[in-house]
Amino acid sequence: MTAILEVTKATRRFGGLVAVNDVSFKVSSTGVTAVIGPNGAGKTTLFNIISGSIPPSEGAILLAGEDVTALKPEAKAARGLVRTFQLVKLFQDLSATENVKVGFHLKSRGGLMAALFQPAWAKQAEREAEEKAAALLDLVGLSKVARTSASVLPYGQQRLLEIARALAAEPRILLLDEPAAGLNAEESERLAKTIRRIAADGTAVLLIEHDMKLVMDIADEVVVLDYGRKIAQGTPEAVKRDPAVLAAYLG
Amino acid sequence: MTNSPSITSPEAHGLARPRTRHFGSAAVWVLSAAIIGYALVFGGYMATIVAFALIYAVFVSGLNVFMGLTAQVSFGQSAFAAIGGYTSAVLTTTYEWAPLPGMVAGLVFALVAAFLIGFPTLRLKGHYLAMATLAIGLITYEIAVEWESVTQGYLGISGIPPLGIGPFEAVSDRAILAVLSVIVVILAFAVTRIRRSRLGRAFSAVAGSEEAASALGINVSRYKLVSFLIAAAIASLSGSLFVHVVGYVSPEVFGLHMVILAFTMVYIGGLGTVAGPLIGALIISILPEVFRGMKDYQDLAYGVTMILILIYAPKGIAGVADALDARRSA
Ligand SMILES: Nc1ncnc2c1ncn2[C@@H]1O[C@H](COP(=O)(O)OP(=O)(O)OP(=O)(O)O)[C@@H](O)[C@H]1O
Ligand SMILES: [Mg+2]
Repeated sequence: MTAILEVTKATRRFGGLVAVNDVSFKVSSTGVTAVIGPNGAGKTTLFNIISGSIPPSEGAILLAGEDVTALKPEAKAARGLVRTFQLVKLFQDLSATENVKVGFHLKSRGGLMAALFQPAWAKQAEREAEEKAAALLDLVGLSKVARTSASVLPYGQQRLLEIARALAAEPRILLLDEPAAGLNAEESERLAKTIRRIAADGTAVLLIEHDMKLVMDIADEVVVLDYGRKIAQGTPEAVKRDPAVLAAYLG
Repeated sequence: MTNSPSITSPEAHGLARPRTRHFGSAAVWVLSAAIIGYALVFGGYMATIVAFALIYAVFVSGLNVFMGLTAQVSFGQSAFAAIGGYTSAVLTTTYEWAPLPGMVAGLVFALVAAFLIGFPTLRLKGHYLAMATLAIGLITYEIAVEWESVTQGYLGISGIPPLGIGPFEAVSDRAILAVLSVIVVILAFAVTRIRRSRLGRAFSAVAGSEEAASALGINVSRYKLVSFLIAAAIASLSGSLFVHVVGYVSPEVFGLHMVILAFTMVYIGGLGTVAGPLIGALIISILPEVFRGMKDYQDLAYGVTMILILIYAPKGIAGVADALDARRSA
């Protein structure tokens, strides 16, 4: 397998607490990799380290072979690593469409002069952004609320919108932190399809998920964390039968 | 700055793009135009008040980009107005420059100053910029007082020529009002375009969630700086306009009261709205005149009116108008 992302001996301490403890794994450049683990296992902290929101205490992050450990989130995004958040972070004052358009930031150009004088290329880019945003909203099933302010969307739709917005940045690897939380059964099923579709289109997906059915359905590889440590890794079937995993979840 | 749920309902938006109507914001523009029109027709004291209001509207337009669109705080925008104002004043009197190049020079100085303050502080999280800007406001004031050889200290600089390009000079009240109105409208137009652009979306993203913005590749500190520079440039322009309209400048002109007044205007008008700076500036400038007849109760009436506006229009006058439009087009 070619690895798009490589986490090497990542450790993160908060005072005395070791939230992520010496975790190493690789993420294939194709398919869906899931990170699972009980509450407080360190999953989100691991995402924060990978995405650059917080620096690791020790260890390294390689993105397509390049050491990106010390880079800021925006620099990682520019290299193709984009994430969503466990607690949805939308731009509340903007409509669903505008939220997605923000996602095109890296894939478009134009500053103050383009805004003020609107040259032909900027207008053209704006039209394309409008069309692509509509397509992405359609992908996640949000066409009907395209012009609705993000702040008034139900929680499940906010989550889906955040994914559409992340996709707008055309990531090589997409990190999703509990994308199914707050979704109803129908939305969850649609999400599963969408994630498979994203992976099929060639974007590596790394997701944190509590919904075991979803993980078993869509993950090609599963990494299991418990108390900050990686306790297992493998296919969903193998992980499901792993005694250490069973102990962590039951005991 | 979250929208109240009543404004737009998800069901109300069909697949088809709804026809947007703008009665609310049109009403705000008509009201503003009526006030300016009244001043144009009747002139006199009202013309002076409205001219000052328009200069403030320019200043507040800049503040609105930084505070409204980007949701950052600066207490020191008056410093950039002072830099613009004094540069214009000194260059057009002592050095006999024409107003326009003087203004451009002021703009350049203001941008350099804004960059020097903004670049280090906007990289830091927290309110370093707000504190740094408070300091620069005070420092600029001190410089205006102490650098007597250039600024003539407390005495101030008088005999500043009126606004003008080549042979055209705006001397009469009407000419001044016309020139200022055109500038305010151009700025409103510019803000409209910025809001709908990649740049404006980056500002909104920074305002909405810095973490999410940077996760999407937006360099947060860079866009804060760009927003700060735009605000500083517009503040500098307003300072230059002021000295040319009044013909005189002293350190008091650009004091902290200017910032307080501008904050009131931007909130009453509607933070982040296009029409807000103008209507806010007009209302805040005219209210004291309206209540002048009430003598002892003048301040009380002014305060009560403020509170009533903020209770019934918490997003400002233009903010309420925009919300009404959104409801109509739903
Ligand atoms: N900024 C922080 N400061 C201090 N402690 C933190 C911080 N962030 C996380 N922690 C702690 O680190 C541990 C791991 O938290 P984390 O959010 O990574 O868990 P998680 O696996 O994502 O849990 P959940 O499934 O509940 O989302 C927890 O004990 C948490 O309290
Ligand atoms: Mg978590």
